[in-house]
Amino acid sequence: MVMEYLGSLDPTALLRALPGNVAQGLIWGIMALGVYITFRILDFADLTVDGSLATGGAVAVMLIQGGMHPAAALVFSFLAGMAAGFVTGFLHTALGIPGILASILTQIALYSVNLGIMGKSNQSIGLGQENLVASLRYVTADDRVIFFAKLILGCLVLVAVVYWMFGTEIGSAIRATGCNAQMARAQGINTNSMKVAALMISNGLVGLCGGIYAQYQGAADVNAGRGAIVIGLAAVIISEVIFGKLCAGRKLAFAYTLMAVFVGAILYYVAYALVLWLKMPSDYMKLFSAVVVACFLAVPYLKEKYAVKRRMAG
Amino acid sequence: MGYMLEIQDLHKTFNIGTINEKVALDGVNLQLNEGDFVTIIGGNGAGKSTTLNAIAGTWPVDRGKILIDGKDITRLSEHKRAAYLGRVFQDPMIGTAATMGIEENMAIAARRGERRSLRWGISKAQREAFRKKLAELNLGLEDRMGSKVGLLSGGQRQAITLLMAALKKPKLLLLDEHTAALDPKTAAKVLEISDKIIAENGLTAMMVTHNMKDAIAHGNRLIMMHEGRVIYDVSGEEKKKLHVSDLLAKFEEASGGEFANDRMMLAK
Repeated sequence: MVMEYLGSLDPTALLRALPGNVAQGLIWGIMALGVYITFRILDFADLTVDGSLATGGAVAVMLIQGGMHPAAALVFSFLAGMAAGFVTGFLHTALGIPGILASILTQIALYSVNLGIMGKSNQSIGLGQENLVASLRYVTADDRVIFFAKLILGCLVLVAVVYWMFGTEIGSAIRATGCNAQMARAQGINTNSMKVAALMISNGLVGLCGGIYAQYQGAADVNAGRGAIVIGLAAVIISEVIFGKLCAGRKLAFAYTLMAVFVGAILYYVAYALVLWLKMPSDYMKLFSAVVVACFLAVPYLKEKYAVKRRMAG
Repeated sequence: MGYMLEIQDLHKTFNIGTINEKVALDGVNLQLNEGDFVTIIGGNGAGKSTTLNAIAGTWPVDRGKILIDGKDITRLSEHKRAAYLGRVFQDPMIGTAATMGIEENMAIAARRGERRSLRWGISKAQREAFRKKLAELNLGLEDRMGSKVGLLSGGQRQAITLLMAALKKPKLLLLDEHTAALDPKTAAKVLEISDKIIAENGLTAMMVTHNMKDAIAHGNRLIMMHEGRVIYDVSGEEKKKLHVSDLLAKFEEASGGEFANDRMMLAK
């Protein structure tokens, strides 16, 4: 039976799926970049993501259906995401709702908003739509090398922008807020504004990702963002566990860390494909995602615990 | 007129209406002249740190007024007041951002009270200026300005926090038991740096301490607090002549009075 199972696995199928996974990883990496900003820089577990991702997609698809250029539509995906981030920030800072709960409230509210934007639970882009920023079609097209080059370049531009943003005075203030809010306030930083700003930048990126992903899939779905935060966290954490030591202490360490987030996202999708290829039922994929994130989150903690034990013994 | 700090009838009660209700400030009045360096002593719960936190705006006060250089700051938010204040905390971890570099922390402090924009966070000229200031500390920090502050010792972090507090010359420097968490040798070094920074910049400063010797040896003025009030205020020559035994006697007097009152209550 084992032989039969192994025999039924087709290595070339895995290879064929690879480009698609890489493209998907790069696109979701944009969302992971947003998650990195809230989760790591701001130290805020922002679940808005699950809603704002679908919002970005809904906005993009509706605008494209209305005749807008797909690239221009992404600007509005970004803005829509920022608006979602603002709401979470407002609920948290102005109304005093605990961060994680504030983000859950926004996420739930966005479900209705997204249905409102689309008028139904999903909307698709016409098959002949030109000028898409990304599309499944491009992955198998003859000039796919150009598509991948463009996609990678786009991601690098985003890394550069985020790197610059967090090197500015305002960006430094956001980092200080996330690291030590008490210190930030003592240095005259309005920590509430900084939290809102970070949530807006983060969800802007998530909305952008949603817009690109909807174009890639050819459709927007109200459930597109379900579990997105877990994928974002997985990408961030995988990148840290694998590349954390490599990035630390280097010149431009922060830029490497941001790039590693994209690699983390790609690795996540490659692992995902591998598990599917091993014929694990797709119903279990969310469970798989959760287990991956739980494991990678636990690794640094257990490592530290083990190290302490060893130090005590030694 | 012309006080650098003026506190009028300041009141603060924590946990009002619960069994943990605690009157922390019970009518504090205090005036500081420009250049005053006041040390503050008193027992636990006397209201020393609470007074500093009230000035810094950690929470709103119940009653009273706080004026800095004639400006009423009683209703200003904590980050807005920061423009006038330099602060060093008891916990060395609080004053700096651990995941950021030494120079990044200093650059943040260099913009205290100013608008923060999308300009690059630190300039070449700033870096040089910071290097000079760090070199004056004699801790070798000027050669590792990119190091994350989290890698430094408590004493080093307090020294940097002091530099940061004075970088934008504040109208008032608040030192809240900033040497209490350090070993005696490091504490002495940090106190020495504090003295130097206050003298060089001509700062008006308040230093809370548990150490009576330090309270006498530093600054030009000393106040003792008890149960949320200032009960003793001494300056100039008179302060210089103080001995720890004098302060202990004052302490005794203050708490002894309370003891007598308690007895009177029982007698009724």
